Amino acid sequence: MTDRELTYTYYPGCSLKSAAYAYEDSTQVVSKSLGIRLNEIDDWNCCGATEYFSVNQLPAYSLVARNLSLAHSQYGGADVVAPCSACFLNLRKTNDYMRKYKNLNAQVGQALGAGGLSYTPGSVRVRHLLDVVVEDVGFDAVKEKVVKPLEGLKVAPYYGCLIVRPETGYNTEYPTHLDELMTTLGAEVVDFPMKTHCCGGHMTQISEETAYELIRRILKNATDYGAQAIVTLCPMCQLNLDAYQSEVNKMFGTDYHIPVLFFTQLMGIAFGLNEADLGFGAEVVPAGPALATIGHPAEQTRQRPKRRDKNALPMPGSNGADES
Amino acid sequence: MATPSSTRLLDQVMAETPGGETLIGCLQCGTCGGSCPSASDMDSTPRRLFAMLMADMDEDVLTSNTPWFCVSCYYCTVRCPQDIPITDLMYTLKQKAIQAGHYHQDAHAPFSESFIGYVEQYGRSFEFGLATRFQLVHHPLATVRKGGLGFQMLRKGRLHMTPQKIKNMPQLSAILSKAKQLAGQEV
Ligand code: SF4
Ligand code: SF4
Repeated sequence: MTDRELTYTYYPGCSLKSAAYAYEDSTQVVSKSLGIRLNEIDDWNCCGATEYFSVNQLPAYSLVARNLSLAHSQYGGADVVAPCSACFLNLRKTNDYMRKYKNLNAQVGQALGAGGLSYTPGSVRVRHLLDVVVEDVGFDAVKEKVVKPLEGLKVAPYYGCLIVRPETGYNTEYPTHLDELMTTLGAEVVDFPMKTHCCGGHMTQISEETAYELIRRILKNATDYGAQAIVTLCPMCQLNLDAYQSEVNKMFGTDYHIPVLFFTQLMGIAFGLNEADLGFGAEVVPAGPALATIGHPAEQTRQRPKRRDKNALPMPGSNGADES
Repeated sequence: MATPSSTRLLDQVMAETPGGETLIGCLQCGTCGGSCPSASDMDSTPRRLFAMLMADMDEDVLTSNTPWFCVSCYYCTVRCPQDIPITDLMYTLKQKAIQAGHYHQDAHAPFSESFIGYVEQYGRSFEFGLATRFQLVHHPLATVRKGGLGFQMLRKGRLHMTPQKIKNMPQLSAILSKAKQLAGQEV
C-alpha cells in the first residue's frame, strides 16, 4: 500500500512545535517513509487543550472550528490528522458535536462568520496518526519497512485517555492496536493493565499530589511488568511520565528511570531511519540504555538546531535568547 | 448554550452543555465516581455532585472541588450507562463556579485563564510563558525547587522562550469575541 501516496491534512498542534518536537520530527520522517503525505494547515491555531474548554465552552468550540474550516478550505475533504491526543479529541469532538447539536452548530457558525469563515460539520474527518498508520497503511506494509526489528526490547504500550475516549471505534478500556503495531516492529509487548489510565493531564500545574500519584501508578505498573520503555502517542502523556519522573521519585522515595518514547520514534528505529532525525535526546530519562540492550545506541547528544520563527515575538526579559 | 429559561442551576447546567439534558436520566448508579482516577481528592463524587444539583443545593455544588479535580479523562463518560456527557458537565460547572465567584482553590481558574490569555493574544499556547508566569505567581517556592526541570527542558530545546503568533490574529479575535457575545459573556 505504500507505493501509492496517502494524503492528509496535518494539524500538528502547539506541543509538537515545542515540548514534543521529538514527536514532530519522528512523525515527519516516518510518514515520509510510509508514503504518508502531510499537508500542514496554514495558520492553524491552538485547539484549546482542556483549559479553554473547561472555562469557556462556546469560544473553545469556535476556536477549534476555525481549524476545521481552514482545513476544509485549504485541502478539501482530506482527512485531518492530529498526532496529539488532546488536539485529536478536541477536533473530533467539535466536528461531531456541531453535527449532533443544532444550537451549537448555529452559534459556532455565527462566530466563524464574524471572521469571514464557515464550516459544515462532517466535511472533514478527524483522525489520530496512530489510526492512520494502523488502518490506512496497515500492519503488512509496516512490516515490509522493518529492517532493524526491535527484538528483545520490552515495551509497555501506553494509550492514555483521550485516544480511545469518548468513542473512537477502538475498545475504550483495553485497546490493542498500539500493542499490535509494536509487535509488528519486533518488540516484545508487556501486558500493561494501566494502559488507558490517566497521566494526570494538566494537574501537574495545579495539584502535584494528585498528578504525581497518577503518574506513579503508571510508572509502577509498567516497571512491575518488566517494561524497559513506555511507548506513548500523546505529548502530554510523554511530558508527564518523562519530565516528572524524578519528582515522583522524590515524593514517593522510588527509583524509576524508564524512558518514555513516542511510537513514531520506535517505528523510525525499526525502519532503520537516521536516529538523528527521530528526536532522541529530547527525553529527560535517556532512552540510550534501553535501546543499547538491543544494539541501537540512540544519539544522545544532538541539540535542537536554532530555529527562529518569523512569527515569534520577543518577550520582555528574555534577552532575545533562543531555545538552545 | 441556550439562554436559560429558568433560574434553577440544574436547568442552566443542562441547557449550557451540549447533550446536557440527559443528566435528568442519571440513575445514581455511582459508576462515574467508581471509575474516576481523581475521586479520592474530590469532596463529592460526580454522582453525589449530580444528586446535590438535582436537590438544588446550588451553593454546595458551586463551591465543591469536584469539577476542579476532574482531569478530563472521559472515563466516567464512556462508562455511564445513561450516556451522560459527565466530563462536559464538569466544564459547565467550572464555568458556573467562576461566574458565581467561587474558585474553590484559587490556583485552578487562574491557570486556565493564563493559558487562555496566551491563546487569545497569540493564537497558540506558550508553554514556557505559561509555566513560568503561572508558577511564579502561584507556587514561587516550587518554581525554585523545580528550576532544574525547567532548565533541563530549556536545554533540550523543549521550551520556547518566545511565543509563536498566528498570522491572522484579527480573524481569530473576531471569532472569539462573537462567541463570547453569543455565550452572554462580556467582550
Ligand atoms: S455513571 Fe451516569 S447514571 Fe451512573 S451515577 Fe454517574 S452520571 Fe449517573
Ligand atoms: S472525566 Fe473527570 S470526572 Fe470523569 S472520570 Fe475523568 S477525572 Fe473523573
